[in-house]
Amino acid sequence: MKEISLNILDIAENSVKAKASLTEIYVDELGDKLTLTIKDDGCGMDEQTVKSVIDPFYTTRKTRKVGLGIPLLKLACEQTGGKMSITSQIGVGTTVTAVFFKNHIDFTPLGDVTSSIVTLIQGHPETDFLFRHTTENGCVELDTREVRTVLEDVPLDTYEVICWIRDNLGEQYEAIN
Amino acid sequence: MKSLAELQAIKNRMKDKVVLREGSGDVRVVVGMATCGIAAGARPVLNAFVEEVNNGGLAGKVTVSQTGCVGLCQYEPIVEVYEAGKEKVTYVKMTPEKAKTVVEKHLRHGEVVTEFTPAEA
Repeated sequence: MKEISLNILDIAENSVKAKASLTEIYVDELGDKLTLTIKDDGCGMDEQTVKSVIDPFYTTRKTRKVGLGIPLLKLACEQTGGKMSITSQIGVGTTVTAVFFKNHIDFTPLGDVTSSIVTLIQGHPETDFLFRHTTENGCVELDTREVRTVLEDVPLDTYEVICWIRDNLGEQYEAIN
Repeated sequence: MKSLAELQAIKNRMKDKVVLREGSGDVRVVVGMATCGIAAGARPVLNAFVEEVNNGGLAGKVTVSQTGCVGLCQYEPIVEVYEAGKEKVTYVKMTPEKAKTVVEKHLRHGEVVTEFTPAEA
């Protein structure tokens, strides 16, 4: 993956597939450390399954026998000296945490997170996402539950809404950069 | 700032259109968004389709959606076009630029862009 934002998009898709009603995505930047947390209230996994998702040859997919999402995230953070962990409980949900060190030469840039969030919402307008990116300069946040309250029955994947979300995040980023 | 008031205005404008949307979907554009697709560049391809279809006034007949792995990872980003009564068209190794061409030629004028299909690409 060329950007961590692409890992975010990829891993959050797992949450949606696990039938999460809310997927929380946190990026916390403090000094040299970047912590990514993706937390969902989906179906969760038992201990055995949690262990096996780190194996590239484990997947729930039937089309082929490789699942690279989690291994790629693990590689991306470990190559910066960081660490990935997964905690999960059946019926409660799953939390994936990855710690990156930004000054390491092998650190992949975070990239266009806004685009990943917009893509997630466009693809899954019926589920909710909470996104919060905290830096030392401030915080960028979007909660689709709030957007949904205003929109009532207008779907979240309406093009004008998608554009509003993209511009809203863009403006929040401008304010802290 | 893109305020909630602005969102409210969008909602008010869209309310009347919601009924219209239900009749749409003659043509379905599906972008592969599994790990393989994402790594190969599917995100900008998807966004290009969403933008071009909406800005080009095709939203009434075309819906753009996402799917998982199509099973041809080496050809990602893959885009499939489904049209009622017609055979599915698969475009491979897509880019945002190719997406624009597909929107103009295929979605607007009904001409399949064979150079982006697997036999040619």
